[in-house]
This record gives sequence, structure tokens and C-alpha cells, in this order.
Amino acid sequence: MSAAPNEPVVAAPPLPASGAFLSVRELAVTFPTEDGPVHAVNGVSFDLERDQTLAIVGESGSGKSVTSQAIMGLINRKAAQVTGTATFDGLDLVSATDAEIRALRGNKMAMIFQDPLSSLHPFYTVGKQLVEAIRVHQEVSKSAARAQAVDMLDRVGIPAPAKRVDDYPHQLSGGMRQRVMIAMALINSPSLLIADEPTTALDVTVQAQILELIKDLQREFHTAIIVITHDLGVVAEVSDKVVVMYGGQIVESGTIDEVYYHPEMPYTLGLMGSVPRMDQPRTARLTPIPGQPPSLLNLPPGCVFRPRCVFAEQVPGDRCKVERPHLMPTIPTEHLVRCHIEPEKRRSNTVEFLGRLRGLPATDDVAATGDES
Amino acid sequence: MFGYVARRLIGVCLMLVALSFVTFALFTVAPADPARLTCGKSCTPQIVEANRVRLGLNQPFLVQYTRYMVGIPCGDSFPPVGGTFTCLRFNPELQGLDGAIYCPPEPVALGYSVRKSECVTPLILDAFPITASLAIGGVILWMILGLAVGILAALRRGRWQDRSAMGFALIGYSFPTFFIALLLLYFLALTPMPWSGQPLMAVPQWTPLTEDPVGWFTNLILPWVAIAILSAAFYARLTRNQMLETLGEDYIRTARSKGLPERVVIYKHGLRAGLTPIVTAVGIDFAFLLGGAIIIEQVFALPGLGKLALDSTLQFDLSIVLATVLLAGFFVILANLIVDILYAVIDPRVTLV
Repeated sequence: MSAAPNEPVVAAPPLPASGAFLSVRELAVTFPTEDGPVHAVNGVSFDLERDQTLAIVGESGSGKSVTSQAIMGLINRKAAQVTGTATFDGLDLVSATDAEIRALRGNKMAMIFQDPLSSLHPFYTVGKQLVEAIRVHQEVSKSAARAQAVDMLDRVGIPAPAKRVDDYPHQLSGGMRQRVMIAMALINSPSLLIADEPTTALDVTVQAQILELIKDLQREFHTAIIVITHDLGVVAEVSDKVVVMYGGQIVESGTIDEVYYHPEMPYTLGLMGSVPRMDQPRTARLTPIPGQPPSLLNLPPGCVFRPRCVFAEQVPGDRCKVERPHLMPTIPTEHLVRCHIEPEKRRSNTVEFLGRLRGLPATDDVAATGDES
Repeated sequence: MFGYVARRLIGVCLMLVALSFVTFALFTVAPADPARLTCGKSCTPQIVEANRVRLGLNQPFLVQYTRYMVGIPCGDSFPPVGGTFTCLRFNPELQGLDGAIYCPPEPVALGYSVRKSECVTPLILDAFPITASLAIGGVILWMILGLAVGILAALRRGRWQDRSAMGFALIGYSFPTFFIALLLLYFLALTPMPWSGQPLMAVPQWTPLTEDPVGWFTNLILPWVAIAILSAAFYARLTRNQMLETLGEDYIRTARSKGLPERVVIYKHGLRAGLTPIVTAVGIDFAFLLGGAIIIEQVFALPGLGKLALDSTLQFDLSIVLATVLLAGFFVILANLIVDILYAVIDPRVTLV
């Protein structure tokens, strides 16, 4: 194992530290293990304002959940090394003390988890868990907190909330449980909400309701939201900005329009090719990304995606193999791509790839307008 | 819930009947003659025969068994010669007639010991407080030790506290109880200390709680420790593994993300959920102990149920063995029932149907 590939990558064009509501800069999380350090997150940077939704997309093991947990301070600092900054409303969450973060957690910033059944304590009623969440951060009586809990359950669309408040999680359906999770996250009106695969464990019909609910509540509370998902449908549904992660790095980021309709990074294309589409004939084949996600213990040198990249031969020489690409702005400037391929070439790749995907002739406007559904 | 308990209680009774039947049968087919055991060296064939008739040992197996079982609620008597069975509970005026031996007057008649020439129930009643004292103190001690060490090890996972705690647990777990008991006895109660010339503690002697609470306590320290070491080691490992498993659960992450203090996360959310299998194990272990801590009682010469059971087994004293076996079985079966009910109390997902 050579040392070079495991060094956290320091991206060349540093985004200027902004006064954004949440400003993450060069966030890196490393877990020391017996087999060597695991670089789960390598220099992630992004900005997020209130009322905005940022989607973090990527496969399992791409570092998207670890990123969010690092922001929430849920990474055990004895077990992992967290570097960089994550400035949330003026406070750097990485260097903040445990007490400072704990005061924010569940209060100004909250999190919704993937599997609501295992994320709710099986031995306590929904009401007790909500009341507990209220009373950590607010000095209110138990009965007042309970009234608040019932009110919140009502707001997230749980029927008969006064009765449901005394139910145990196992007595509720999956959608109801996720609503409870959302109620618990929003109970102290957080200004930052992180939703870690909020709809993965749910039926598709319920998924839409939950996403709609999150959007409604965002309008009401002016929340900044980070949605972590591997579901590109969810991304299109809710987000303003998208960050695509691979091997613990951001490989492409930009507005939803840029990343979703004008992707440039081969990995993003691959993700899109992997999604089954209703508007395609059943004979149309999926285009999976070949190979496996990289081991974070031993990242490939050069571009981390190169071993799976079908366009790698477009780069002369072995640049993809030896030189790690930087996250570079393309046009428009907010759109960042980590790829050695020439921008012109990337765009024509995209047009060709998406055209092939849709079974249409490769023309420029396919990429631009092909997916408004 | 009520129906469940009622059904389980019927099950308990059936289990006890089966248990008593098997034990009774084992002793009946065994190559020993209880009638011969009644008179020892003074036995003549005439006396043996007379006692056989007197104790009903000439009757068929099922008749003897039925008499024993009916005698538990009814009481039984053993008249001098060829007496007939009467339910003394319902004919108390028969007591004291004919120079017969009566086993009531205790609430539960458990037969008559031929070797000790005594009714069994008072023997059990004498021995039970000793075993109960031993069991209760032992359980409290090992639970405190086991939980504390287990939680500490889990919270310091992989660090020296964890490694040394688990190392000691392995040692405690590997040594046989009698060895630990003998070590304690030898080094603490028999070896004179170099500074005082006296052993640190007195050799334990049973002192009833009602007579001398302080003496009761000090005399039981060594047996308690001896019992607790092995089980504490077991419970430390169990607690550690349970805690580690629970602390990795998603709902613990949720609790942290709510901003709860770590103390609340670990004890209110973690321990509560990790406790369930520990409760089960404690219930059953405690019941086993109540049936008699045979080895500990033997080593420390405590006249509890375990020693009574062991002695009477060696002496082929059927009625005492039967009584101790039934009692031990009763405790274990009852503990199972209580643990199952507790499960439903602890875990709302469990319903008793």
C-alpha cells in the first residue's frame, strides 16, 4: 500500500470561505483501523443557505452519511479524526466542544434517519420520545411538552395524534413512523435539517407524501435541508443543489439543473444510466456502472473513479492513473466537476450517453430538455 | 394476560407432577430398600418387614406415589402397623391417635424421612432461610459487580479497562466454584495474617438473621463472594456484549442526535434495552440458587437446601430428595414464568397470549 493515494486530497481551487448559513470547507473524516486509516470523507466543501435544499448523492460507502454525521457531531472523536471546518451560523462544528454541539443537536440542527423502525426506541412511546426531545432543549413542564408533541404529530399529518402519542413505534405503519421521526426532528424548529435517506425504507406512495411533507415544513420553518440519498428521483423532487460523492470526495456539484440535466462527470452519468425509467420501453436496458466502489482503505491513485470509468481512454497518457483531478469549475461557474477529460469532450459524452440511454438520436437538446417529467 | 398466567400455572403444576413422578420412579427402581434403612444396625427381618408395612412400602408403586402426592396438600400419617391412609387436613382430630407419626402439622406435608426419623417439611423450612440468604446476597453482589464491570468495559471498549476487566472475567469464569471457595476459605479464614497473627475472617458459621443480623452478614460474606465471582464474571461479559450491541443500534444514534446528554443516552436508552436478556438470565440463575447451592454449601458447611439434598441423596433418603427436587423444580419453573411476564413488562413489543 503506497502512502500517496491515502493522503487526504486538498482540492486546488479553494472555495472562498463564505458567510453562508452552513459553510463546509475541506471536511475530512479518517477512521484509524488496524488495517490502516480509512479516509471516509476527503475534503468536502459546500455551502447551504436557509430555505435551500442540498442533495448529497452517491453509492453506499461514498462518504455521504459520514459527512452528515460529522456535521451533526455524531462521529465519535476518539474513534475518528475530523478535520476541516463546518461553520454553522457562525460556529465551527468541527472545533466546537461536545457541550456546544449537544446544545445545537436536536435543537437548531436535527436529523432524520433512514429506517424509522430501528431509529425509534422500541421501549418508549412516541410521546415519551418526543417529550424527551423537547425537554432537553426547552424548560417546559411535561404536560406542556406533551401538548407540543401532540400538536407536532398533527402537523406532520398523523391522524388522531392525541391517541397516537401513546403508541409504541411498532404499533405504527412505516410511513407513520417516518412522520414521527420528522416530528421529532422538527419539534424544536431547527434551522438545519439533515435527512439521511428519509424515504429509502418506505413504500413509493408514502415516499412522495414524506417528501411533500418535508418541503411543506421547509416553507413553514425556513429550514436549510441536506437530503442524503442514492435515489435520483428524490433529488429531482426536492433539491436546489446537488453534490455527487464518490470515494469520499465530491466529484460533481452544482444546481439541480446543472447536475441533473447537464451532468459532466462520468460517474454522474453512470448513476443516471443505472436508474430504471418508466418512460422507456421494457426492452431498454439499464447501463450499470461496471465494477465496485473503491475501498476507502486503499483508494486508487489518480482519479478514484478511473477503474470504473468508461471514458478514461479519452485522456491522453496515464494522467487519470497518476494524477488526482481537482474539483474544477465548468460553465456556469457554480458547477464543479472533478475530471481530467476536456470540458468540451465531457459535454459531448453526456449528450451521447443520455441520448443512448433514452434511445434517441444524439442531439444537443436531448440533454437539455429530455427529462422534464 | 390473565388467561396466559392461568394457563402457565396449570403448566407449572403438570411439570411438577411429571418431575415428582420421574424422581419417585427413579428411587423406586434403585437397588436400595428404604425399609432396611429405617433401623440401621438394630435391624432384624421382623423390624424391616414391620416398617415396610408401616411406611406403605409393600404397596404397588402407583399407590405409593398417589399417597405421596395426595399427602402434599392433605397431610399424611404413618401409623405403627398397617395403618390406612387418611387426609389429616380434613380430619385434624385424628392427630395423636395410636402413637402414629403425623406429617402435617406444617401447611405442606412432604413425607417422612426414614433416615432422620423426622417429617420432611420442618427440615426444609430450617434449611431454606440459609439457602435463601445465600442466594439473595449472592445475586445482589454479582449483579452489582457484573453490571458495573460490564458497562465500564463496554464504554471503554478496546482500552485497557476493557481488556483487564474481560481478562479477570475470563479467569473468574474459568475457575470452578469449589476452587474459588476453597481459596477464599484458606487465605481469608484460615491463614493467619502476618501483622496480626490472626486470620482476616472467621470461618463462616450459619447465624440466623433474626438472631444476629451483623453475624448473619459477616458470616455470609465469604460464601457470597464465592458465589458471586463466577456469576459476576459471566454477567460482566453478558452486560458488556449487550451494551455494545445496544449502543450500536440506530435508536441510540437518534437519542444522541436529539442532543441528550451521554449519561441519558447510555443509561436510559442503552441499558434499558440491553437489560432484557440479563433479566432472563438472572431470573433463572436465582431460581437455580434457591434450589440449593450444593457446592458452596458443602464447602462452607452451611446446612442449606443444597447440603440437605446432597446428604439425603447419598443416604438414599427418598422423601427428602423428592422434596428438594420438587422445590428446586418449582423455583425454576416459577422463575421462568416470572421472567416471561417481566419480558412483557420491559418490552412493549412482547404480548402475552
